[in-house]
Amino acid sequence: MDVAVIGLTVFVLALFAGFEIISKVPPTLHTPLMSGANAISGVTIVGALLAAGSEQDPLLAGLGFAAVVFATINVVGGFLVTHRMLAMFRPRRKNRR
Amino acid sequence: MTAAWINLGYLGSSALFVMGLKGLAHPATAARGNVLAAVGMCCAVVLTLLDRQVFGYQMIAVALLIGSGIGAALALTIQMTAMPQMVALLNGLGGGASVLVAGAGLLEIRDVAVPAMSHFTVAAIATGIIGSVTFWGSLVAFAKLQALITDNAVRFPGQHIVNAGLATCAAGLGLWLLLSPGPHDAYWLIVAVSAVLGVLLVLPVGGADMPVVIALLNSCSGLAAAATGFVLTNNILIIAGSLVGASGFILTRIMCEAMNRSLIDVMVGGTPVTKEPRVADLYQGRVKAGSPEEVALLLDAARRVVIVPGFGMAVSQAQHTVAHLSELLQSRGVEVEFAVHPVAGRMPGHMNVLLAEANVPYELLKDLDESNAAFEQTDVVLVIGANDVVNPIARTDPASPIAGMPILDVDKAKTVVVIKRSLSHGFAGIPNPLFVADNAIMLFGDGRQMVQAVTRALKEEGRSS
Repeated sequence: MDVAVIGLTVFVLALFAGFEIISKVPPTLHTPLMSGANAISGVTIVGALLAAGSEQDPLLAGLGFAAVVFATINVVGGFLVTHRMLAMFRPRRKNRR
Repeated sequence: MTAAWINLGYLGSSALFVMGLKGLAHPATAARGNVLAAVGMCCAVVLTLLDRQVFGYQMIAVALLIGSGIGAALALTIQMTAMPQMVALLNGLGGGASVLVAGAGLLEIRDVAVPAMSHFTVAAIATGIIGSVTFWGSLVAFAKLQALITDNAVRFPGQHIVNAGLATCAAGLGLWLLLSPGPHDAYWLIVAVSAVLGVLLVLPVGGADMPVVIALLNSCSGLAAAATGFVLTNNILIIAGSLVGASGFILTRIMCEAMNRSLIDVMVGGTPVTKEPRVADLYQGRVKAGSPEEVALLLDAARRVVIVPGFGMAVSQAQHTVAHLSELLQSRGVEVEFAVHPVAGRMPGHMNVLLAEANVPYELLKDLDESNAAFEQTDVVLVIGANDVVNPIARTDPASPIAGMPILDVDKAKTVVVIKRSLSHGFAGIPNPLFVADNAIMLFGDGRQMVQAVTRALKEEGRSS
């Protein structure tokens, strides 16, 4: 049960931190925020790698393999598309080049 | 490497995620923030590969290659107008990955004697339900946005009862798994039931409510990752997952407030249906249809012009044409701004991305409050493909389905030009008195073609005078 309580502490504190940080994001950036945050939620890739790498059971490895593919699309696609979008947001002066 | 060092590295990655999200507070620092978060993710992946639990690298390499290839191809080729679909798809994949990882986690501990009521099992059940709903709900949202299935709200009698039944069923299976940790197949049953629930929850949501659903699914994909973190006792998953969960939740709340509706109302109540289709009476003989030349004359005489983009601008791909018109006006000394309603388009910030793509500097994009403060000093407002978000009925008729919804008060400007295909309803299914207001002119036609025609007329105007 101790492990669960520590995890819960981390969870709740991170939620509060998240609320504080995200509240400051302006509406203009809400789409990149979603795709960028989405890429971060692809952190499940960590768990997927651990499952895929433990060669003890073909079923386990298969699940892990599929999870790594899903999570990698999520991470790579998310960060790249966010980067593409953010590169388009330009201030007034640099605009006229 | 020992577990302690790896966890320390994960802490570093988590810090990079937080700094990355912090960077998104301003357009000037946002790109750097995104890179920081990506670096954090790279570190987390490398650290995990160094973990002693990882033995076989071949399969991992293949999976990483396949995933990176598909992800990069999607990200680099997707059109900016298709961004809502892309985000929906990515949300779903994140949720799906969490379901698979939690399933694998349960398999791994199947030989270990897990006590009943273990928190591992609780977390796995939560992941199964949230992740599966996210995956299938996102696929339905994707299909709707990509126009593979109807964009309209799909309803059938007894829908709520079926949904409640499915939710109870998933919870019941969860309880069974919790009390007798033997049968791990129950996990996949939970996933299957939640899949049906996910499909049925998103099907009844119509087009203009999509921003709420996408934000909500975004939040769920984060919460699923956090729940997976509890299954694996892994802090980086918990931290990153809850950051994303909070982010999606805030966006969901902003979207709901911008429509003056509760989340429950959007998900369960569905779209308000109007009972009085007396549109013809309201509009009869009172609509002033204008020509592009007339509008060009108005713009020529204006000092301050505000452009209000809506989903119609995305549909007709008019963002570049609109940006061109705004540059032309600015070059003639006209002050031009864009007024963006929070729920314009199909996801939060949809219009901003399209206008950024068309090289409109972000300083010109104003939010609801900023815009409303300045409409009275505006000579011409150009509404392009927006309807409900500029409907003054929200202010005047308390019985209206959109009563109390914060709108852009375009009717307070000297002249309002509405570019629209026809007098058809907006998503809320109600007539818009703005179209027959004394200071309003309708310009009927395709958004892009009409803006082009106005621009052409304006250029000729400049030549002849």
